[in-house]
Amino acid sequence: MPGRAFLPRQDPLLEPIGTDVPLLSVRGLGIGFDGTPAVADVSFDIHARETVGLVGESGCGKSVTGLAIMGLLPPRAVQVSGSVRLAGQELLGLPDRAMRRVRGRRIGMIFQEPMSALDPVFTIGEQITETLVAHIRLSAAQARERAVAALADVGIAQPRERLDSYPHQLSGGMRQRVMIAIALACEPELLIADEPTTALDVTVQGQILDLLQDCSARLGTALLLITHDLGVVAESCARVLTMYAGQVVETAQVGRALAHPRHPYTSGLLRSLPRLGTPGQRLQSIGGRVPPPWDMPPGCRFAPRCQHVEPRCALPQALEPDSRGAVRCCRHGELALPGAFG
Amino acid sequence: MHAGRLLAMRLLQVVPIIVVATFVVFGLLHLTPGDPAMMLAGDNPTPQHVAEIRHLYGLDRPFLDQYGLWLWHAAHGDLSQSLLTRAPVSSLILQRLPNTLLIVALALVLGLGFGIPLGIAAAVRNGSAVDQALTSAASLGVALPSFWLAMILVTVFALDLNWFPASGAASLLGAPLDALRHAALPAIALAGSTVAEVARQLRSALIEVLGTQYIRTLRAKGLSPTRILWKHGLKNVAVTLLTVTGLMVNRLLGATVVIEAVFAIPGTGSLISYSAINKDFPVVQGVVFVLVIGVILTNLLVDLVAAALDPRVSRA
Repeated sequence: MPGRAFLPRQDPLLEPIGTDVPLLSVRGLGIGFDGTPAVADVSFDIHARETVGLVGESGCGKSVTGLAIMGLLPPRAVQVSGSVRLAGQELLGLPDRAMRRVRGRRIGMIFQEPMSALDPVFTIGEQITETLVAHIRLSAAQARERAVAALADVGIAQPRERLDSYPHQLSGGMRQRVMIAIALACEPELLIADEPTTALDVTVQGQILDLLQDCSARLGTALLLITHDLGVVAESCARVLTMYAGQVVETAQVGRALAHPRHPYTSGLLRSLPRLGTPGQRLQSIGGRVPPPWDMPPGCRFAPRCQHVEPRCALPQALEPDSRGAVRCCRHGELALPGAFG
Repeated sequence: MHAGRLLAMRLLQVVPIIVVATFVVFGLLHLTPGDPAMMLAGDNPTPQHVAEIRHLYGLDRPFLDQYGLWLWHAAHGDLSQSLLTRAPVSSLILQRLPNTLLIVALALVLGLGFGIPLGIAAAVRNGSAVDQALTSAASLGVALPSFWLAMILVTVFALDLNWFPASGAASLLGAPLDALRHAALPAIALAGSTVAEVARQLRSALIEVLGTQYIRTLRAKGLSPTRILWKHGLKNVAVTLLTVTGLMVNRLLGATVVIEAVFAIPGTGSLISYSAINKDFPVVQGVVFVLVIGVILTNLLVDLVAAALDPRVSRA
């Protein structure tokens, strides 16, 4: 891509990226709202250029986890604990001025609602260039050229003309493309996409997922895809993290998780995916609902909804790492759970 | 909608609004007790003399005829003459309008100059002690009657401290400093509720904007809080601010009727109340005519600027 060589890949003030240091390392992340813990002990790594899916039902804490990594939760009402490291550098507790150099520059983020995520009274060109100018020393003309290139990169026809469009003149899919262009304008090392296709038409969803994969692969950007839809993860991610009730319950390679899930909750999510080619078969669902943060079961949080529950499930479960990933279930060694193809 | 079409449509609306407004005022004046012919006839008039005067001024004609005649003349640019002084209504208004406009303009400058910073300060500290104090003060300010504030101001700053004149007006062109000194207290009295209203409206509009998803996007892009507030926040509340300003202009024009009475200012407000008491129909009609045009032009200007500021308005 011409004209991009002047972008320094690293902030000179930050430590160099070692080969074995994960790009993003989340350890013991806890998030509480006015003292009520909503997310507890979330730990995972994302390596450079890796695509990782974070799945779970609404209210399981996945979106809040994304916002916490970005430091976008209101500090007065929300208590964040634990550790979030980007290439070894701790982000939690970083002063806002330093955190602003991470947001948009090193970690980009796109959101669920493209209709309301763009400022309605500024042109999309302005909304791209202001991101560039906030992080990179560029002249107005250079920024404009980069904005044209960014729009072209996300597949927008006649990008130069489109710079002067306002968000309300674009369709939902086009706006999400613009959001991706903004988030990737500074070529961040990590892109967090929070339900990027949920609000879009089914026909557009696939295009946006392909675009996310293409762009992140081309720029070498790692992708954290937050979604409730395991189908989306299956299509676009290499690894999957399953979250339930504020905890990570399973991490695995996508292929393995789909074929042989090890946590009953992951298995339940897979069983509730609608499948084409099996008409007349009732869609399975997981009975019950996610417990609220103030009424968590003391032991395994999924136990009240689990078909395989035993007396020892009443004890708190630890996330046990092994060669295949990690799982938070004391019975994972003895259960043969059905996957997406079972 | 293009600005040209917007302008044409709004100008077409002017005609029916003026007809309705002046008709209602004309009707109200006729319903109130009193007879201008009796007043013109002097002391101890004979019934014959009164009838003559009535005929001379067309006061014996049917109500609709009188109104129609006035409207016909007004449409041709003739606002006719005062019943009491025989002076042309247009020159009466032109003499007095600058005094009123000066007070309204000064009140608006004070209202926006204090209201906007207070509204922003409260919004960015939403829920804090500062915000609560400002919000309570604003609620009080909106409820504060301007004539009461005017009387307090006269007592303290004109009569006790002698900083400002208690009444009257001066020509802005002839003696600008003196004109401002005369206009200061009435403008402050009018500005009290304007500051409160502007601050309240701006605060709630800005709090809503700062809570939107696109503001979260801006933070995720790494923009600084100052940039988010002053560039994106303010442009998004600009239309609200503009609408409130238009409403304030209209309200201030109306409030001059009372304030000019308190400060004995020779403006259009005192002209309309004096003429209404004396049943001087042509003068009342003329002032209403001019004020209605002023209000309509203000609203038109607000709409045009709003269309320029917000791309969604102009293309809707």
